[in-house]
Amino acid sequence: MLTLQAVLDGLLLGILFALIAYGMALQWGVMNIINIAQGDLVILGGYIAYFMYLYGIHPAWGVIVSPIIMYFVGVIIYKLVINKVVDRDLFISILATFGISILFMQLMNFAFGADVVLANSGYGTTMLFDNSVTLPNSKIFSAFISIVFAIGLVIYMKKSKLGRAIRATAQNARAAKILGVDTEKVYAATFGINAALCGVAGALISITFTIHPYMGLPYTIRSFMIVIVAGLGNLPGVAMSGMGLGVFEEFADYILGTEFRIGSVFLLLVLILVYRRFKLSRKREYLK
Amino acid sequence: MNKNIILYGAILIFGIAAPFIFPAFKVQLSILCILIILAITWNVQGGEMGYNTFGNILFYGLGMYLCASVQVGMFFPLGEWTEGGGEKTFVHTPAQFFQGFAVGLAVAAVVPAIIAGLIGYSILGLRGHYFAICTLGLGVAAGEISGGIEIIGAGQGFTTPPFPNVDRLEARGEFFYFCSFIVLVFTFLAVKAIYSTRFKLVLNAIRDNEDKAEAMGIQTMKYKIIGWMISAFFCGLAGGIMGGLVGYIDSTDVAFDGREMGVFMVLMAILGGKGTLWGPVIGATLFHIFKEGFWTFFLGWQYVALGVLIVVIVIYFPEGIMGWLREKYPERFGEVVDEADRKAQVTLK
Repeated sequence: MLTLQAVLDGLLLGILFALIAYGMALQWGVMNIINIAQGDLVILGGYIAYFMYLYGIHPAWGVIVSPIIMYFVGVIIYKLVINKVVDRDLFISILATFGISILFMQLMNFAFGADVVLANSGYGTTMLFDNSVTLPNSKIFSAFISIVFAIGLVIYMKKSKLGRAIRATAQNARAAKILGVDTEKVYAATFGINAALCGVAGALISITFTIHPYMGLPYTIRSFMIVIVAGLGNLPGVAMSGMGLGVFEEFADYILGTEFRIGSVFLLLVLILVYRRFKLSRKREYLK
Repeated sequence: MNKNIILYGAILIFGIAAPFIFPAFKVQLSILCILIILAITWNVQGGEMGYNTFGNILFYGLGMYLCASVQVGMFFPLGEWTEGGGEKTFVHTPAQFFQGFAVGLAVAAVVPAIIAGLIGYSILGLRGHYFAICTLGLGVAAGEISGGIEIIGAGQGFTTPPFPNVDRLEARGEFFYFCSFIVLVFTFLAVKAIYSTRFKLVLNAIRDNEDKAEAMGIQTMKYKIIGWMISAFFCGLAGGIMGGLVGYIDSTDVAFDGREMGVFMVLMAILGGKGTLWGPVIGATLFHIFKEGFWTFFLGWQYVALGVLIVVIVIYFPEGIMGWLREKYPERFGEVVDEADRKAQVTLK
C-alpha cells in the first residue's frame, strides 16, 4: 500500500512539476533562453500566497493573485535583463539568470526570513482504500488547478491573437517581425506568462508542501529535466514526464531516504543527459 | 622577452614577500591564490575549450574531502574522528601533520583527475548549454550526496586536523600561504607551458567549431578529456589546500559550494577575459578585492551584490578586461593592424 501511496503522491506532485516545466518549455522554445531563476520565481509566487495567508485571506486566492503579480515581475525582469541576452549565446543567458537567481534568493531571505513555511489551507484529508492511503485534499486541489491552468493556456495559445504571435515568433522570429509582429512585446509577454505560471505553481506549492528561500534551484532542474525528456512543444510529453518524475522522486524518498531526495533528482538529470548523449552518438549526432 | 622576465621576477618577489609586508592579510592572500588557481583551471575548460562548466566545483570539493580524509585516515580511524566532530582526542604530531598533508594533496590532485577521465567520456559528449546544466547537476548532486555519507561527517561537517603546535604563532598562516602560492606558481607555469603547444590550438579548434575539428582528423574526445583532467588536477589541489586553510569542511557550504565558489570561478574568468592566460589572474584579483569590500561593508547584502555583479558583468562585459584591452590596443597582443584598413572600416560605418 505504501507503493500506491507513493505513486499517487508522485502523480499529484508531478502535475505541479509539469506546470512549471510548461513555462520553461514556452520561454525556451520562443526566446531560446534557459532560465535558471525559474525555481526562484516559483518560490516568490509561493511567498505571495503565504503572505495572503498571514493576513487572513485564504491562500487558495493566491492562485489568482500570485500570477497577476508575477506577470509584472516577469515583464520587469525581461525589460531589465533578459532582453539584453535574448539573441546572445545560451551560456550568457544561463549565467545572467543564475545571477538573478542568487539575487532573488537573498532578497527573499531578507524579506521573508530563512524559515521553512507553509500556508495552511485547512482542506483536510481524504482516506482511500480502507484508510491505507492518505491524500491531503490540498494536493488534489493543486493538481486540479494546475490542469485547469495548463488547459486554459493551451487554448489561449491556440485561439488568441497574442498566442498566435507567440507561436509565430517561436517558429521564425525574423519572419514574424517582417509580417508585423512586435517581437519585443511578444518576448516580454512570453516571459511574463512564464512567470505567471510559476506564480500559480508557487502558490499551489505553498499550500501543498513547504517553501523556503533557497529551494528554487531544484525546481529549475526538475523543469529542465522534464523539458529535455519531453522535447520542446510536446505538451502531452511534458505532462507525462512530469508525472514520471514525481513518482520517481517519491520512490527515491521512500527507498533511499529524504536526505538523498534532492541529490537523486540531480543525479537523474545527469543520467538522462548521458543516456540521450549515447543514444544520439550512435547516429553521430548530439543534443542540440 | 626581457620585459617579461622583469615582470615575472617582480611578481615572484612580491608573492614571496607579501605575507611579511601584509601580515594581517595572510589568509586573504592565500584565498586569493586559490581563487586564481580556480579561475585559471576554469579557463582551460571554459575559455580555451569552450565547454562552459559549472561542475569544476565537483573536483574542488572532492579534493578537499580527499586531502582531509587521507591526512586523518593515515594515522587515525576516520570514522571515529568525524564522529568526535572536532574533539581533540587524536592529535597529529607535526611530522604526521605534514606527511599526511603532503600525501593528502597528492591524492587530492590525482583522484579528481582520474574521475574526470572516467566520467569525461560520458559527459563531454554533451555540448553547449546541455553540458553546462549537466555539470551544474553533477556539482549539486555531489554536495547533496556527500552530505548524507556518515564517514566523512555527513551533515555535521568534517573538522580538518588542527595545525600542530610549533614555536611560532605565525607559522600556520605562512605555511598555508606558501602552499597555495607554490601551487599557484606551479599551475600558472604548467598552464603557460601547455598553452604554447599544439594542445592549445586543438582546444581552440574545438571551441571554434568542433565538427570541423573532427573532420580535420583531430580526435576531439581525447583532447577534451585531457583538458578536463588538467582542469580537475589543479582544482583538486586547490580544494585540498583550501580545506586545510578553512579548517572545517561542510558538504554544501564549503566543499561543493556551487552557489559561491562554483559561480566565482566562472565569473572571475569572464571578468578577466576568457581564453587568455592573464585574464583569469587579473579577473580573480579584482574580483577578490571587490568581494572583500562588499563582504565587509555590505554584510548581509553580499549575495544581492553578487547577483547584480554577475548580471552586470555578463551583460555588459562578456569579453572581460583582456578582451576590452585587446579591442583597444590590438598591436600589443601581436595582432597586425593595417591602419588604412582600419580607418576605411570606420568610415564605412
